[in-house]
Amino acid sequence: MKVVAVGPARFRVRPRVVGVAVGAFALLVLVSAVNIGMGSSHIGVLDVLETLLGGGTARERGIIFDLRLPRTLTGVLVGAALGLSGALFQSLARNPLASPDVLGITWGAGAATVAVIVVGGYRGQVSGAVGAVGMPVAGLVGGLVAGVLLYALSWRRGIDGYRMVLIGIGLSAIGYNTVYWLLTIGDVNDAARAVTWIVGSLSDASWAAVGPVLLALVTLVPVTLVLGHTIGGLQFGDETARGLGIRVDAARGTLLLLGAGLAAVATSAAGPITFVALATPQIALRLTRSPQPPLVGSMVIGALLTVSADLLTRLVIPDLPVGVLTAILGAPYLIFLFVRSRREARA
Amino acid sequence: MTGGTGVTVVARAGLSGRRRRRVLGLAVLAVLLVAVCAASITFGARAIPVGAVWDALVRPNGTETDIIVWSLRVPRTVVGVLAGLALGAAGALMQGHTRNPLADPGLLGVTQGAAFGVVFAVVVLGVDRLYGFIWFGFAGAMVASVAVFLLGAVGGRRATPVTLALAGAAVSALLYGLIAAVVLGNEQGMEIYRFWRVGSIAGRDFAVVGQILPFLVAGLLLALVNTPGMNTLALGEDVATALGQRVARTRVLGVVAITLLGGSAVAACGPIAFLGLVVPHLARAVTGPDYRWLVPFSALLGAVLLLAADVLGRVLTGDSFEVGILLAIIGAPVFIVLVRRKGLARI
Repeated sequence: MKVVAVGPARFRVRPRVVGVAVGAFALLVLVSAVNIGMGSSHIGVLDVLETLLGGGTARERGIIFDLRLPRTLTGVLVGAALGLSGALFQSLARNPLASPDVLGITWGAGAATVAVIVVGGYRGQVSGAVGAVGMPVAGLVGGLVAGVLLYALSWRRGIDGYRMVLIGIGLSAIGYNTVYWLLTIGDVNDAARAVTWIVGSLSDASWAAVGPVLLALVTLVPVTLVLGHTIGGLQFGDETARGLGIRVDAARGTLLLLGAGLAAVATSAAGPITFVALATPQIALRLTRSPQPPLVGSMVIGALLTVSADLLTRLVIPDLPVGVLTAILGAPYLIFLFVRSRREARA
Repeated sequence: MTGGTGVTVVARAGLSGRRRRRVLGLAVLAVLLVAVCAASITFGARAIPVGAVWDALVRPNGTETDIIVWSLRVPRTVVGVLAGLALGAAGALMQGHTRNPLADPGLLGVTQGAAFGVVFAVVVLGVDRLYGFIWFGFAGAMVASVAVFLLGAVGGRRATPVTLALAGAAVSALLYGLIAAVVLGNEQGMEIYRFWRVGSIAGRDFAVVGQILPFLVAGLLLALVNTPGMNTLALGEDVATALGQRVARTRVLGVVAITLLGGSAVAACGPIAFLGLVVPHLARAVTGPDYRWLVPFSALLGAVLLLAADVLGRVLTGDSFEVGILLAIIGAPVFIVLVRRKGLARI
């Protein structure tokens, strides 16, 4: 570990953590370029990179900037937000199962969005602009409401990680049962659209969808990263953290709401892309061999996972929502991690 | 009177107090079960006078009332009682074997396994009747729960609550992705899945009862046989082994019972969440930790609550809320209150 001083500020730098983040970022750029190049007219990786950096022909610029960039960019932003959110929750709850999916945040967003799809679909014909604006806003509001409820209900002279996970499981159950009930009252086409959304899909991503996510991330991520240093102190337990001068409840509450906000923003843009928030921090943790999920590393790996999954999905079955693949691939990975850690523990 | 005898007297009084409470509780549950069964047969979408219902039950002669009572209400009631018994007992067994106060059929992959079996039968094999795909649901539940337990035992080490929960989450996530992939491309599969998924006992006939009954009875018997072993196991595996118990056999017996009970209930009614989770906690408040009492209590309480919720849904909402949804919407807040009140007794 090295200490880097920039003016009065001093940062601890672990070479391995930085290396993982940089390596993952390089891979992210490459995979993104391949993903952007794919489509009815194929564009090579180098041409894509050149175009993104300001070169390229007018036709390439048109295709890339107008049509293809929004999808991949949404994938990057959503993946980063999910990765960061998962890392926050898992650190705060000190539980590898605590992710926005398990804690009910994404199901809160899901219930609100599906309500808009179903009620707006065959009941009220809310479509077009209202539908496009309504879904993301509803998702955001639903996710945040779930986050505030989670915090308020978990708070009892402080937040206990175990209690928070339990409350989150209760909230999730309310959320997904509402979703499934809405599916039964909806028309079958609305239901299919809702399921696509619930699973998580990037296929509808457009510049109109990128804007709000980008804006939200630009405000939320720096705050999160700055506050993130308190997580290290919280790891040692509340007493020690207080001794270190951390205002434990305020710090935890703020981080929790930031995590909920990030997950809600991501969910409102692309649906709850399953498993990214759950698996990413665990992958980052193992790659960096850190005591807790690294925040920046989780962001980059979350983005990399999401875009790679999107690319793979498009290669296998073009119409499949990306969330199907993240679930199908993420699960064996979790099983693999789990089996390996047990083998190691035994040896 | 010496201090020693004083303690003995107090202990005896406590013991007989508990026994009185258990016997009284059992009697109350039996009366309640009869009452909710009667209510379930009496109340429905069509108002039929109690006298006419009674006539239809004891002197059926082919009138319209007879048909409604015998082909709709009685089977629905019987399925409700059976599913409630099974889910209550399965919940208690699961929480005991995993030593996880949150275990329910959803946690160990049984639910998603059954869902995948149903979806597979509908989409791939074209089965479209409940008593056709119920077998596939059952088989799916079996395969998934066995897979979760095998995963939990990988590496030759004991399955702990955390490893089981992780394995369950991974297997469930994988199946969830596969289900989404299958139903999204198939309208009929989507149509059946979304109605099966909410959990309902409406529209079940005696054919369904006939199919699940052997498995349920076998499961309930095995559950009862399993209870003394669970009492010893509750002292810890080492103590149980030292006392001469064959731990592995007790475990296997438990898994078989859980799969038979949970699998057949979920296959027939869809995933009815929260019943298996909440019921053992309520039952434990009366019976204490003795599994010989806890398991039958949980079974009876499960049947009473499931039927009561179903009747409530019929009367209050005109049968527009399926019982699974209603139980979750009532059960989740109860669960959250439980968690907040005492942080759930760690079993």
